[in-house]
Amino acid sequence: MPSFEELLNTAQQKYQELSSGDTPWIRIGTAVCGHAAGSDDVINAISAELEKRGLQANISPVGCIGLCYAEPIVDIVKAGQPRVFFKNVSVDQVPELVDSYLVNNQIPREMALAYSGESSVDGVPSLDSLPMWKHQVRVAMRNCGEIDPTDIYQYIARGGYAALNKAISRMDPSEVVKEVQDSGLRGRGGAAFSTGTKWSFLVGSPGPTKYILCNCEEGDPGAYNDKGILESDPHTLVEGTILAGYATGASNGVVFIRHGHEGPIDRAQKAIDDCYELGLLGDNILGSEFSFHMEVSLTGESYVAGEETALMESVEGKRAMPRFRPPFPAQSGVWGLPTNINNIKTLSYVPEIISKGGEWFSNIGIERSKGTAILCISGNITRPGMIEVPMGITLKEIMEDVAGDAPGGHKLKFLQTGGPLGGVLSASEIDIPLDFEAMAQAGAILGSGGIIAADDRACAVDMTRLLIAFCQYESCGKCFPCRLGMTNLIEILERICKFESRPDDLALMRSVGQNMAGASLCGHGQLGWNPVQSALKFFPEEFEEHMEQKICRTGQCDGLMITPQRTRSRWTSAQPLELRI
Amino acid sequence: MSALSEDLRDKITDALVNKNAKTVTVLSSLLAVEDELGYIPPRAIELVALYTKSTINDVWGVASFYTNFRFTPPGEHVVEICWGPTCHLLGARGILKSTLDSLGLSEEGDTADKKVSLKYSTCLGACSQGPVVHVDGKMISPQSIGRTDGSALVDKISGMISDVENGKSQ
Ligand SMILES: Cc1cc2nc3c(=O)[nH]c(=O)nc-3n(C[C@H](O)[C@H](O)[C@H](O)COP(=O)(O)O)c2cc1C
Ligand code: SF4
Ligand code: FES
Repeated sequence: MPSFEELLNTAQQKYQELSSGDTPWIRIGTAVCGHAAGSDDVINAISAELEKRGLQANISPVGCIGLCYAEPIVDIVKAGQPRVFFKNVSVDQVPELVDSYLVNNQIPREMALAYSGESSVDGVPSLDSLPMWKHQVRVAMRNCGEIDPTDIYQYIARGGYAALNKAISRMDPSEVVKEVQDSGLRGRGGAAFSTGTKWSFLVGSPGPTKYILCNCEEGDPGAYNDKGILESDPHTLVEGTILAGYATGASNGVVFIRHGHEGPIDRAQKAIDDCYELGLLGDNILGSEFSFHMEVSLTGESYVAGEETALMESVEGKRAMPRFRPPFPAQSGVWGLPTNINNIKTLSYVPEIISKGGEWFSNIGIERSKGTAILCISGNITRPGMIEVPMGITLKEIMEDVAGDAPGGHKLKFLQTGGPLGGVLSASEIDIPLDFEAMAQAGAILGSGGIIAADDRACAVDMTRLLIAFCQYESCGKCFPCRLGMTNLIEILERICKFESRPDDLALMRSVGQNMAGASLCGHGQLGWNPVQSALKFFPEEFEEHMEQKICRTGQCDGLMITPQRTRSRWTSAQPLELRI
Repeated sequence: MSALSEDLRDKITDALVNKNAKTVTVLSSLLAVEDELGYIPPRAIELVALYTKSTINDVWGVASFYTNFRFTPPGEHVVEICWGPTCHLLGARGILKSTLDSLGLSEEGDTADKKVSLKYSTCLGACSQGPVVHVDGKMISPQSIGRTDGSALVDKISGMISDVENGKSQ
């Protein structure tokens, strides 16, 4: 196996050749946002055009740079020219792009999004000056859109696996835990628990087999940052997980992803395979005494599978239903063995924390909430995308400076944050800092970082119904406060949206919601009342209008509600099962 | 045993033995079968039980829990439409409605002629490009079809879906 120095040399050499621009280097966004925008067709068109003209270029599929509104993005580096990003490139524009820029060194300005580098380009803004780039501090997302996620050498050339090498050769495992503790890093999966403290629970558990689970279930509609990181820079997660394993004395890592998301699955698998090949995973990593193994585990469609104990059931191949606690995962987790579970974003911060030190990380952000937040912004805004901003920045700054106005002159009405178990936050209340506690106090949680903006065309009651329809559909059914409570809530909300509510419906919802919050087994039922409660807090008059005056001011509640059938197994009724044993 | 059912058995066995995950479980085995066949035939429930040394009840319990599993062959084309909150705000309801109408369905499911299976998705993960639709493994968005105005998109996507239905685009 090569030593780390040998790997680094090879990587730097390859990267130098690629980025010098002697042969143009064309990077194209191929994360899910790129795919949805048509990047596959654009790649094919570019390859065909190059071949037709007999031109040479290195084409790298990259992940998501975060400027999703501009996808498909084509980013070109060529000798003697600045690096230029072209936006919303369509197949029809490819011949012109190749002709002007690759052949004639002319930048087609109307297609250009930005340039980056020393020399400026007339009439084209620099990447740093774009509204969406403003405020960004990239730690976990440092490589997103920069490197080919399927090429481990590009990751190494940009500083990858140096943290692992440093930890293994120069740090005691306890120092790694301490560094993470000092960084103030808190979990980014929802509960915001101190990562260093969580790791220290696992340190004390007996080995030799202990698990690190990386949670990429990411069922929250409106959140795509976990999958985004796996698609754009899977090695930062793999390195973070190996470091977690080293720090806690764990032997195995499992990346848990929902079946059907091929981009993140294939790229995570490729990253793991490449690490085995180069001696960064397996026995005696980088020639040391430390051994660690990793694999990808797929789950079926189930939102609750993201809950930590349900996830363990799913890894074991069972129905994703939460377990009772205690025993806690650090004592008895997956396969009954000591287990630590972290979100993808949480683990993706670790390599930079070990490279630059816990103190460096703790200097970003604010007192209680250190570091950055990785947010997915979508909905009625000008610039949907994925951003990494320091904690403490206000939601207002994000909406005004980064996301931009609602199209068509409409006004922002509310934000839906933290996934379906989060809440809605009225537009008048968004001058609050991005901070776990401040957000929770306002009635909307930061959760996994999804922020959905709704403008004045949206109905707050209709949105509440939609969120509860999701929660009801996804209830795993193990405990009755949630199973029956969610069904009660959706029935009442549908009545309200059809202007058929009964006088005591609000009181009934409140009582059901409070019982769910107090008596449910897992967070799904415990938090399921949140969206209704927050909507009632900010938009009581809209509920009143639906219930008393039987009107919806937005016209959204017109009786048409298209949501899945209320059962978890929707295809079963199609044919009775005939078994012959 | 008929040739057809032998063929099915071979395919299932092949998926279980050769295309399964590193750590074999009931769930990983069911996913392998679904990837291979597009659905879980009753025969697969038995074979997965045998292969993973579990009971039919266990296997059936897992298969009926996760909503991605179906138990009859899917239609020739599979259309998934996102009804998540972002897509909802950006016009998904109109796309759902006109698709249901053009397929002659009242809810998700298969068309009578088995040409199209329509499935609602809680989120396709491409919220930043919403509203999005997944047709035979390909994601479609306003950008990818060259339109950015909401209502035109609804018509365009419904049009594409009826093209799929009529076999014009494969
Ligand atoms: C219903 C439910 C769904 C959840 N889904 C996810 C998820 O998709 N991804 C995730 O990281 N955490 C999810 N969580 C939170 C996890 O239980 C757990 O707190 C988290 O993965 C821990 O990682 P962290 O400490 O790095 O935040 C979910 C929790 C609940 C109650
Ligand atoms: S609260 Fe809901 S999701 Fe959680 S265990 Fe109970 S029924 Fe299942
Ligand atoms: S809400 Fe439609 S793709 Fe996420």
